[in-house]
Amino acid sequence: MAAIARAEAEAQIPSPVRSAGGRRSFPVWRWVILLLAGIYFLIPLYAAVKFAGFRSFPDVFRQAGFVSAIGLSLRLALITTVITLLLMVPTVVYVHLRLPRIRRLMEAITILPIVIPPIVLIVGVLKVAPGFLLSTPYLLALMYVVLAMPFAYRSLDAGLRAFDLKTMVEASNGLGAGLPTTLWRVVIPNIRTAMLSAVVLTVALVLGEFTMASLDLYVTFPVWIVDFEQNSGYVSVAASLLALFVTWILLMLIVTVGSRGARKRGGGEVALFSVATTRTIGKITGEPE
Amino acid sequence: MTTNTAAGTATGLGPAGGGAGAPVAMQGLSRSFGAVRALDGLTLDIAPGELVALLGPSGCGKTTALRIVAGFEFADSGTVTVDGRDIAPIPAARRDMGMVFQSYSLFPNMSALDNVGFGLRLRKTSGADRARRAAALLDMVGLSGQARQYPHQLSGGQQQRVALARALAIEPRVLLLDEPLSALDAKVRLQLREQIRTLQQRLGTTTLFVTHDQQEALSMADRVGVMKDGRLEQIATPSELYSTPATAFVAEFVGTMNRLPGTYRGGDEVTVLGLDVPVHGDHPNVAAGEADVLVRPEGLTVEAVAGGNGIVTDRTFLGSLTRVSVLLSGDVAVKVDKSSTAAADLTPGTSVQVGVIPGGPVLIAEPRR
Repeated sequence: MAAIARAEAEAQIPSPVRSAGGRRSFPVWRWVILLLAGIYFLIPLYAAVKFAGFRSFPDVFRQAGFVSAIGLSLRLALITTVITLLLMVPTVVYVHLRLPRIRRLMEAITILPIVIPPIVLIVGVLKVAPGFLLSTPYLLALMYVVLAMPFAYRSLDAGLRAFDLKTMVEASNGLGAGLPTTLWRVVIPNIRTAMLSAVVLTVALVLGEFTMASLDLYVTFPVWIVDFEQNSGYVSVAASLLALFVTWILLMLIVTVGSRGARKRGGGEVALFSVATTRTIGKITGEPE
Repeated sequence: MTTNTAAGTATGLGPAGGGAGAPVAMQGLSRSFGAVRALDGLTLDIAPGELVALLGPSGCGKTTALRIVAGFEFADSGTVTVDGRDIAPIPAARRDMGMVFQSYSLFPNMSALDNVGFGLRLRKTSGADRARRAAALLDMVGLSGQARQYPHQLSGGQQQRVALARALAIEPRVLLLDEPLSALDAKVRLQLREQIRTLQQRLGTTTLFVTHDQQEALSMADRVGVMKDGRLEQIATPSELYSTPATAFVAEFVGTMNRLPGTYRGGDEVTVLGLDVPVHGDHPNVAAGEADVLVRPEGLTVEAVAGGNGIVTDRTFLGSLTRVSVLLSGDVAVKVDKSSTAAADLTPGTSVQVGVIPGGPVLIAEPRR
């Protein structure tokens, strides 16, 4: 602690002579924190790998139901993402453009899915949903749209706040573009980062959601992992690890593809993405930005 | 379109066929926002190819007027006609007006060239033709080297020049400038003033220019409309506005003005500094008796006289002229312009006699309380 305080004090001294030495000394405590955090996160992973053994991994793909479970989860992720974007992008744009006064109200409304436990939501929905929806797993996609709303809304809201929407829309309008063209050519390209962050959060949410899928009696990937655990603990743990990596790779893929070409515009889009995400999460957990 | 532009001027950008130089007429425009009356019966005609500046303090309604013409705002009553046609039913996207905004409005996801070409793209101009014309426009605003750059790589002045090129690219019937220079620093502002004016005259585009900067309005516009409380106080050429302001508000808003206590004799005569001088302009609210008299610094004389009516407090050297600040008896501070050679001996503390040149513009107003 004292060392940290001293390092901070040194860093604050604006001395050109000191700066080289200070620069060398500050990573020390950062590395310590990184190391501690790394241990905290990696030990369980290591333990899981050790428990499952590397030989269990190929077995995962041969297990009954694996392909259909992951296939369903990916389809649900895709459908949820598409519906979320189609619904939320125009809504957030409209609120920013025409109803800026109800922004606070919107924030309150969109936080509801987090306040209400998923189990309450799904039990209620299963009671009232019409038969044709109950008979397909895609009712889950509709539920996930609701669950993803707080994340999607906040990502998009943050993205639009960083952009002079009114002037841009008027400029585009004045040059002859109607609202659909303006949305497509001017607004969406400039909130791509925010949309990307909405997509990433939505996909992560869908791939990890257990409660609703389980109660709706459909075998998504998380449900499959839990079911399978009863058959083979080793393979189940291997599947969990695999799920973690698959999700991670998928998210990296989305970020990479989504921010392609952004660099030439100097957007620094991946960095922006993480800012939008931390802002979003900070807002949800009520932390100051 | 291709043949049209090919037959244009050297840059391929002559005045648009029928587009440029449209007359604009605003008739009795009124607009309220809740209890605030932003526009109160504004009537203004702009001749084809003319640049009219609307000048006034913030909240005087000038921007509302411009936004009504653009189609971003609607009038409660009154009409706007372009080329004799009422434009109220036409949505903003189909009004063919080029607008430059106060805030930077370039689309961040497009290069300078694509920004300029945006309006052409919407008009289904072919890719090659669009690129050629956008490049010619960028060249016209002196930014041909920046065509491939994105807005964040351009300075504020460059962004506004691209925005101007973008507005002109659609060969607008009317060019609308909403304080386009306000966000820029002083030096860039001066350069851009000239550039906008030169381009506007060359293309002959009817232009409405909104500003709160009198220098900008006076130096760029054919005519300047001074607005106050949603109404036009006076519209005149810059020199008329300065030399024969119609009201005390205009007189004090444009240029430097002295306020001296005087006595209004009724009719067109006022006594100030012991002299009877004729009054110019409208003064409907001023009753005979005590009145404030408005005289420009060049409308006053100042001579060193022992035991005169004032004392020099300060001098500002302006080149050939020197502006002498004098404190008159009764705690009235005035500024008087005098040739610098003649003002050499008027050091602070000198007793002076200040008088009025009878021929100059003299206005009266109700005394301030």
